[in-house]
Amino acid sequence: MRIDNPDSVSRSPDGRPDADQPLWREQFPIDWPTDEFRSRRDFTKLLGLTSLAFVAGQIWIAVLAFRRRATGALPTRRIASVDELAVGGSKVFDYPRAGATCVLTRVAAERFVAYGQKCTHLSCPVIPKPEQNCLRCPCHEGVFDLATGQPLSGPPRRPLPRLRLEVRDAGVFAVGVEEGIL
Amino acid sequence: MPVPESQEFFVDPGRCIGCNACVQACSECDTHKGYSMIQLDILDRASSPQTIPVVCMHCDSPTCAEVCPADAIKRTADGVVQSARKPRCIACNNCVLACPFGVPKMNTGMHLMMKCDMCYDRTSVGKKPMCASVCPSQALFYGTREQIEKLRPSSRPIHSFRFGQQEITTKVNLMVPRRSALVALDVGAALRLAPAGDSAGGVDPLLDAMDGGGLQ
Repeated sequence: MRIDNPDSVSRSPDGRPDADQPLWREQFPIDWPTDEFRSRRDFTKLLGLTSLAFVAGQIWIAVLAFRRRATGALPTRRIASVDELAVGGSKVFDYPRAGATCVLTRVAAERFVAYGQKCTHLSCPVIPKPEQNCLRCPCHEGVFDLATGQPLSGPPRRPLPRLRLEVRDAGVFAVGVEEGIL
Repeated sequence: MPVPESQEFFVDPGRCIGCNACVQACSECDTHKGYSMIQLDILDRASSPQTIPVVCMHCDSPTCAEVCPADAIKRTADGVVQSARKPRCIACNNCVLACPFGVPKMNTGMHLMMKCDMCYDRTSVGKKPMCASVCPSQALFYGTREQIEKLRPSSRPIHSFRFGQQEITTKVNLMVPRRSALVALDVGAALRLAPAGDSAGGVDPLLDAMDGGGLQ
């Protein structure tokens, strides 16, 4: 006996024609060629659905980016007073919304820098080390330049998002972000 | 390359001398991973030296595959029912219990059902199965229908069996005497004929049945 047509179900014990057989008999064929034919069909389906999921994901990312742009400029907020921090001191604050933690560091008498605190590797909070002129992530020993936010060593490859600051009226104000997502 | 359709397997239990050569040879086939997939059944040692080699009959509607819950047992296009596919077999023993011929064997160490696959690595390249190539009395014969007719003028092959309500047609043939009127061997009825602990009337009720002893 030969099975040449991969669409025909295996001969069933009750001998009734293919059309009268339950669906499972067609879906779980006994004959190898039919089974492989089914597998190929399933694989093609998997490929199609996976690429569709990728397309949907890309569209969703584009929508998110558009919405972020549409919300406009970030608010100006007073985050500390100049006297509050000694040179080398730092302060953690939320900007622009609660939960988006950033860290402000006074690197010199007249110089403040602030970065988003999420490490660009796996989102651990980074710790400023002004004496070593860097920000260090304790999770995987990632190190960022304190002056620019650029990654110096360790797993991170992208810079920390740097906040635009203004110092006026004896206060430090966050007025926006230079690049990256907080 | 599929097993050629002209080449068929013929089992002739009447010729079996119980030498176990097939059992030894079977384990040397590459697809059997060193295990013998043939079994030599001793029928009733007290009254007869009769033995029967049991190979897979490669049913047209394989019960082992029908009952497999993991979709692991497949038949190739040439009608050979293969061992369970390793990635799928869950070692549940359903096939072992379901096969009316008692062919599938559970390898508990490998968690895999293995069965006689007619030495697929050999028959698919035009060689004979191991058992048929070593059988000294040719109780296991692999060749064309013309060959067997020439070699066994007083026998003829059948390939229909009945086990209770289940009717089975197989790829492998069983040789029965030519004079017998047997069309399909009703194994259940033959077993019911056998009085417990008594073999009066013949060496074995199964062989009597094959001989045409009142069964169709």
